[in-house]
This record gives sequence, C-alpha cells and structure tokens, in this order.
Amino acid sequence: MGANLLANYGEAVAMILFGIGFSNLLLQKNLIKKIIGLNIMDTATYLFLAEKGYISGRIAPIVVDNVTSVEAYINPVPSGLVLTGIVVSVSVTALMLSLTIRLYRRYHTLDMDAISTMLKKEDR
Amino acid sequence: MEFIRNFPFFSILLSLGSGVLTSIMNKKVARLWNTFILVAITAMSGVLFVYMLGVGEPYTFMMGHFPAPWGNEIRAGVLEAGMALFFCIVMLLSLKGGEEHIDAEIEDSKVNLYYIMINLLLSSLLALIYTNDLFTAYVFVEINTISACGLIMIRQSGRTIEAATRYMIMSSLGSGLLLMGLCVLYDITGHLLMSNIKESVAYVYAQGVYNVPLIASIGMICVGLAIKSALYPFHTWLPDAYGYSTVSSAAILSSLVSKGYIFLLIKIFFRVVGFDIIVDSKIVNILFVFGLLGMIMGSVNAIMENDIRRMIAFSSVAQIGYIYMGFGLGTTVGIVASIFHILSHASTKSLLFIAAVGLTDASNGSKKFVDLTGSGYRNPIAGVAFALGACSMVGIPLFSGFISKLLFAQAAVQNEVSKMLPTLICLAISTVLNAIYFMKTVIRIYTPKGRRVERTQAGEAARVIMKEHPLYNITLFFMILLNMILGCCSQPIVDWITSGLNMFG
Repeated sequence: MGANLLANYGEAVAMILFGIGFSNLLLQKNLIKKIIGLNIMDTATYLFLAEKGYISGRIAPIVVDNVTSVEAYINPVPSGLVLTGIVVSVSVTALMLSLTIRLYRRYHTLDMDAISTMLKKEDR
Repeated sequence: MEFIRNFPFFSILLSLGSGVLTSIMNKKVARLWNTFILVAITAMSGVLFVYMLGVGEPYTFMMGHFPAPWGNEIRAGVLEAGMALFFCIVMLLSLKGGEEHIDAEIEDSKVNLYYIMINLLLSSLLALIYTNDLFTAYVFVEINTISACGLIMIRQSGRTIEAATRYMIMSSLGSGLLLMGLCVLYDITGHLLMSNIKESVAYVYAQGVYNVPLIASIGMICVGLAIKSALYPFHTWLPDAYGYSTVSSAAILSSLVSKGYIFLLIKIFFRVVGFDIIVDSKIVNILFVFGLLGMIMGSVNAIMENDIRRMIAFSSVAQIGYIYMGFGLGTTVGIVASIFHILSHASTKSLLFIAAVGLTDASNGSKKFVDLTGSGYRNPIAGVAFALGACSMVGIPLFSGFISKLLFAQAAVQNEVSKMLPTLICLAISTVLNAIYFMKTVIRIYTPKGRRVERTQAGEAARVIMKEHPLYNITLFFMILLNMILGCCSQPIVDWITSGLNMFG
C-alpha cells in the first residue's frame, strides 16, 4: 500500500487536486472562485492522464531519425485525450465567465447566494 | 454494406453541420431549415428502425479508416434506432408547440441562435445514443450541456441567467466526475471502445487485483451522470431552469436532455461494465435509495409549489426518481420498466409543459394558481390536453403512465422482499402524492371564476383558439396521440425494448 502510493505519487497528487477543485466548485459562494475550482478540477484530470501515458525513459511519439520502434516512445493516446479535454474545458470556462459577467452587470455582486435572495425579492 | 447502415452517421453529421449553417440564416429561413432537418432525421431514424427490426442484430460502423481497437465506432441496434426516432418526434412536437412563444420571447436577431442550439443538442443526443466510444460520449455530453445552457438563457431575464449559471455549475461537477471515472477506467482496461472495455473489465474483475479502483471509477461515472440528469439531491438547478425558460426549452430539457444522460448510463451498465458486475458491486443499491427519496421528495415539493411551471418541474424530479429506482432493482425487467418510463415521461412531460403554456396565456401570462382559476374554459383545448397529461402522470389506464407504473410493480414483485416492499410502498405513496397535486390543478382550472358565464362561452373560445393557433392545437393532438399509443399498444413496445436490451449484452 505505502510502496504503491510512493510509486504513483503523481496520480495521488492529481486525485487530491481533483478533490480540491471539486469542493471549490461546489462550496464557494463567489462565482470567480467557483470557476477557478472548475479549472483546478479539469487540470487535475490532465495531470492524471499525462502521468498514466508517460513511460519513464521514453520520448514523445514524434518520429525523427527514422526510429519507428514502439519501445522508443510513450503512449500517445492519453496526450490526445488531454488535448480534447483542454478544448472542452476552455469552452465551458468561457461560457461560465460570460454568464458571470451578465449576472454581475445585473446584480453588482458575484455572490451566488446574494443573487438568489435578490431574485426572490424581485418576485414579490 | 447496405446504404441504410450509413443513416446514424448521416443524422449526426446532418444536424451538426446544419447547426453551423444556421448561423448565417435569418429567422424565417432558420426555422424552415430546422424543421426540414428534423423531419429528415426523423424519417431516416424511422427507416433505420424498421430495417433493424427486420435484420434483428446490431452492427458497428467504422468512423474513418482505422479498425476496432484504434478507430472510432458507431453502433446501432433496435433500441438505439427506436430511441433516436422517439427523441426526434418529441423534439419536433415540442418545438412546434412552443413556436409562437419562441417568436414572442426571444429577440428577433437571436432566433436563429436558438435553432443552432437545437441542432447541436439533437446531434449530441444522437451521438450519445449511437456512439460506441466512451471518450466521444464524454465530448458529446459536454456539447449537450453547453447547448442546453444556451436554450435556458436565450430568454433574457435575471431568473434564466441565474438558472443557467446553476445548471452549468452542477453540470460541470457531473462532467468532472464522469471524465475522471472514464480516465480511471481507461487506465485499468487500456481501451476506449465499449466492447473492448467490457472484455477487459470482465478479465480484471475475475482477477480481483484492481477491484477497488474499478468500483471507484464506476461509482464516479454513475454519480456524475446522476448529477447531470438531476437525481434527487442534485436537483436544485432544475425548477428555475424549467420554470422560467421559454416553453419549448423547458419541454426539450425535461423530456430529452436528462434522458440522453440516462440512456448513456444504461449503455455503460450493459455495454461497458456488464450488468452482472454492476449488480455485484452494490452500486445499484445506492441509486435505488436515492431514486425512492426522489420519488417522494419531488412530489412533496410539487405539492407545496404555487407556480404551475415549477410544479411540473418538481414532478420531473419525482419521475427521474422512478427511473433510477428501476435501475436500483438490479434486474433486466427493472431496466425495461425504466426505459419504458423514459418514453412515457418524455411524451407526457412535453405535453404538460406545452398545455400549461396555453393555460397561462389564457390567464394574462400569470403562472400563479390563483390566476389560473377557470382557465380550462378560456382555453378548452389546452385544458383538455393538460387534464389528459395529468391522468397519464397519475397513472390512469389507457395512458402511458399507467403502463410504466404497472411494469415497475411487476419488476418489484419479482425481486427479493427487502427491495420489493420499499418499492411498492413508495410507488403507492408517490402515486397518491401525484394525484394530489395534479388533480388539484385540474380541479382548479375547471372551477369557474365568479358567475357561470365562462362555462357557456367555452365552445366559442374553443373555436377562436382553433382558428388563431392551429399549429399549437395540432401539436397537442399529436402529443396526446403519442401518449395513447404508448399506453394502449404497450406490449409490442415492451418486446422491442427487451430485444434491444438483449442485443446490448
């Protein structure tokens, strides 16, 4: 157990970061802090994938000097997944930020709870 | 290879591509084009469905030039084709029923943006139904979320923007968990295609070394998709999102978007992990408990609600609870009942949303119950449609809701006592609670306001409404028809679902 944890410390760090990001996104009241949480969470996933795809002593799978042996390169699939993940996370972040701007212009606060209270008052 | 086998790929690409094209169209052309695309995809799905019923076995379709373990794949069977057909029909009906409201509530320059969102949503739903690749599924889950968010906030008010923000926050939590779960699963198995993962998972589970991370990853995927489909404790974004967006959005969100995620979860159960392992891992028991909680709490919240749209939204929470309760039973019969409930809820909930908007229009746009008194006489057609939808939700025979409750009860009776009793008791309580709030509403809309003048004028009002809103009334008629078909011809539909599930395994 302890030895495994030491050998896979990268994955452990990724999981801890994921937890930090997740709880920030869930529990923070401030919208900007929530978005920061979202980004920490997504980045933790990329770290996890990168750790999993890397094989020590090998290089990135770009063929130079005609070395085509599989043994020379790391696994390229997780890197591809990371790229896709980055694209998704950028668009989600952009959408969240634009929503935050809209809310801020209307209610002049970034506090989600305060906005909810104002909305309830508006209804009456 | 026969030409029909290209249809799933065509329908995904057609809606995705027309989303791009719609951005340069004006309002009228965009609407026409969108209708054309929807009808075309519905026709293709229908042809594919009939073809698949004839062939009787699923096929995989290679995307690009790389074969199975490396390339991307689409897979179609009877269940997938039928689901695609049903989703297209419900989407077409919801759009047509709320068309006048789309024009009235959205700025003219932004109507074509609405149709872009619809196209993207449709393509992502179809991709979730057909894809055989887990990471593709994740990407389309995100496209689905973003376009659904667009559907909520296109009607600009403080409420909808807040609802969209809440929706995005909860959805991001869900997709974060889903992504992490998929990554862990990929690390354990080394594959991304569903059929390959299933072989590896069976092998890994038999070895027993990596069971903890395996169960953890399945747990993360289940919780992620449960958050996204608004299972009970994660439903906080739902009433605002359904209650204040334009009516077509509400109908589409409640009947299709959450169902797309649930269908993906069923695919993961059967095609990725294997249903035996899911049942063995006891994860279904957790879904079972939250499903039961949702059935009761959703209805209780709906009873306390004072706004008709929010009441229907809370009723959705209860119905999602039913679906997860069916998963929780841990038998194939339970899953069949859940899938039938997906169909039944989708057809009924869209009918209720569209009918409710007719009632609120007849009451000067107010959604409060006090103002709705007697609105069944002011708009008799919407009143009848709402009453029939309410009957279906409560579970009166002839309508689809009755069949799904019957199927749930049958599935429960075949289970062990520890699950049978809570299921039956909660079904009974939830049905009574359903009856309380729906019958309360129906009685309210048929209580004449003041003197009995309104009742005598109902015939005249019906004629006027028939003339002024023909499209709306035709849509309501087709929705009731769809509901009755599900309720009256249930046996062939149940047979179809069962054979489709067998093809999954």
